[in-house]
Amino acid sequence: MNKWWWKILSVCLLIYTIIAGLLFDVPKVMILNETIRNLYFHVCMWFSMMILFIVSVVNAVKYLRTNNLRYDILSRQYAVVGIVYGLLGYATGMIWASYTWADPNNPAGASFAAIAREPKLIGTGIALLIYAAYLVLRDSVSDLDKKARISSVYNIFAFAFLFPSIWIIPRLLPSLHPGGEGNPALNYNDIDARMRVVFYPAVLGWTLLGVWIASLKVRLNFLKEKTLLK
Amino acid sequence: MKHKLLLAILLLFTNLYTWAQGGPAEMADVMRSNGKIYVVVAVILTIFAGIVIYLIRLDRKITKLEKQS
Repeated sequence: MNKWWWKILSVCLLIYTIIAGLLFDVPKVMILNETIRNLYFHVCMWFSMMILFIVSVVNAVKYLRTNNLRYDILSRQYAVVGIVYGLLGYATGMIWASYTWADPNNPAGASFAAIAREPKLIGTGIALLIYAAYLVLRDSVSDLDKKARISSVYNIFAFAFLFPSIWIIPRLLPSLHPGGEGNPALNYNDIDARMRVVFYPAVLGWTLLGVWIASLKVRLNFLKEKTLLK
Repeated sequence: MKHKLLLAILLLFTNLYTWAQGGPAEMADVMRSNGKIYVVVAVILTIFAGIVIYLIRLDRKITKLEKQS
């Protein structure tokens, strides 16, 4: 984890994402216009969030198998960065939706009522709240081993709940959000080759940045809990 | 060393854009061209560079702490 090459790779990929994401050619689509470039930023947040949550749940399972507190620290820190990415995805989606989904001819309240009904917004809202409850649950137990065990079990539940709330239910209901019919940003009708060139490096770059931040917090916590760790 | 490497990569990119301009008596430089989108790119890159430098410093501090213990 202390190697430098992947951190440099992450920064290079993100510099490329920002430059290419703003300057390269993109498909001309009505309503979306230039905001289609948000794909490199908003969608990447959700991709990275999902990857970070997978790392978190894997470490939770590892903790339950070995009872080694190291895995519990890893699990917790990856979950926190995942939540931050989720909140950023939510916030950027909010800005994007208010310029593409909201009808400027209607009063703001009417547009809000339409957007707030979005199954994807409600689903991700629930998923993020469940992960927020993970942090509350953790900090409410004072015994270290009990805290680690309860929160690892809860982490698995929270991860399992991601599937109905963000993968299944939004696909069953009518929605303004693109990608309801398949895998958003992965099928060939959604984004063309020009965008793929930037999108995949962007996902990798943002994910590595999240891993970097999480690894810093993990190392700090390893130092703090030095006496307790095996 | 790492900072210099990153800076070198950054400068390489800016170089590319000035080179792509061309034309005989073109007076306007890149940052003033058409929609001035390059200014936005520069602003975002500056913010991003700040965040990355902050992360690198944090990383170094933690590495130092790890070596002490």
